[in-house]
Amino acid sequence: MPKDQSLSQLTLWLLAVRDQRDRGAFADMFDYLAPRLKGFIIRSGSSPALAEEIVQDVMLTVWRKAALFDPHKAQASAWIYQIARNRHIDIVRKESRPVPDELGEDPATEPDASQILALEQETVRLKHAIAQLHPDQKEMIVKAYMGHLTHQEISSQTGLPLGTVKSRIRLGLGRLRKELKGLR
Amino acid sequence: MPAITHHIPDEMIAAYVSGSLPHAFSMVVASHLSYCRDCQAALGAHQAAGGALLETGDAVAVEAGLKSRVLAALDSHVVPEPVFEAKGIYPGPVIQRLKGRPPRWKSLGMGVKQDILFEDSEGSARLLFIPAGQAVPDHSHNGLELTLVLQGSFSDETGQFGVGDVEIGDENLEHTPVADAGDPCICLAATDAPLRFRAFMPRLLQPLFRI
Repeated sequence: MPKDQSLSQLTLWLLAVRDQRDRGAFADMFDYLAPRLKGFIIRSGSSPALAEEIVQDVMLTVWRKAALFDPHKAQASAWIYQIARNRHIDIVRKESRPVPDELGEDPATEPDASQILALEQETVRLKHAIAQLHPDQKEMIVKAYMGHLTHQEISSQTGLPLGTVKSRIRLGLGRLRKELKGLR
Repeated sequence: MPAITHHIPDEMIAAYVSGSLPHAFSMVVASHLSYCRDCQAALGAHQAAGGALLETGDAVAVEAGLKSRVLAALDSHVVPEPVFEAKGIYPGPVIQRLKGRPPRWKSLGMGVKQDILFEDSEGSARLLFIPAGQAVPDHSHNGLELTLVLQGSFSDETGQFGVGDVEIGDENLEHTPVADAGDPCICLAATDAPLRFRAFMPRLLQPLFRI
C-alpha cells in the first residue's frame, strides 16, 4: 500500500513495524500509545500498577502480532483497542477470550486504498462526535467500552435515556458499520 | 451456505467487544462472528469506537523504566499462544474449548446428547446433538439463552434456524424446537440460568444432568 499522508500517524507506525520491524517507529508509537493506554485502563478501575503491567503486555503483543494488522479490516486504534481489552481480560481472568475465526476476503468486494481512507475518515468523525460529548457522558461511554458497565447500567445510573447519551455515537457507528461492510 | 438471517443484537456485540459479556455468551458470539460478515462489520464499528476513545482519552505518564523494559523485551523468545482454527463443523471458539478433541457426548435420552464445554458462576455453554425430527423438550427460560446452529437446522414457533443462525431466548420465549429432516442438528447453546424443562425431565433431576 502506498504511504499516504492522509493515513493516520498511528497507522503509518504500525505498518512500519509490520513491514520493516522498525524499532524507531515502535518507540515513537510507544511514546504516543503507552500513556493513553495507561489512562484508559486506570479509568476502568484498575490500579496504576496493574495498568503498567497491562500496558507492557499490550505493547509487546502489538510488536509480536503486527503481522496480523490489516488496515483493510480494522483501523489502527481499533485493532490496538481490541488487543488491550483481550489482554486485560486474559490477565485478570487468567484464561483466553474466545476470538472469532477470520472470514477472509469477501469475494464480492475488492479492497483498495480508498476504502482504508474512508474508514479512517469515519473514525475521525467519530472522534469529533466523542469530543462533543459532555464529560459525564464521555466518562460513561469510556466505562462501557472498558467493560465496566453494561449499556443498561449506563442509562439507569444517570436517568438519561440511552438514545440521548449515544445518539451521535450511534450515528457514527452506523456509518462505520456501512464502511466496514464494504471491506469485509 | 444459506444466508444467515438470525443475528446477534448490536448491544450484545458491544458487550462482547468491551468484555462485559459473560464468558459462556462470548463463546456463542465469537462463534456466530465466525460465520457472519454483517456482525463482523458491527464488531469493527464498536472496535473503532473503542479505539477512538482510547486515542482521545486522558494520558497518564508511565513509569520511567517501562519503555526501556519493553524495548529490551522485543527480542525475547516467547512461546506463541496456540491458535484454534475451525475444524469440521466447529468454529475456532468451540475448538478452543474442546482443545482439539472431538465432543464427548452424554445421552440425555430420546437420542438427544450434550457435551458441557464451559461452566462458571455467570453461565454455561454446551454442545447439543438433536436427531432429525426430534423435539427438544418444551422449555422456557429463567434467564437468557443463546443457541447457535453448527450443523443441520431446527424450527420452532418463531421460525427456522440454519447453520450460523442464533436464537435468543429469554423469560418470554416458551418454545418447542424440533430438528429438521436431514443431518442431526448440532448447536452451541449458552445460558445464564438452568433451563426449566416441561416434559420428560422432572425439575428435580436438573442438577444431575446440569441442563
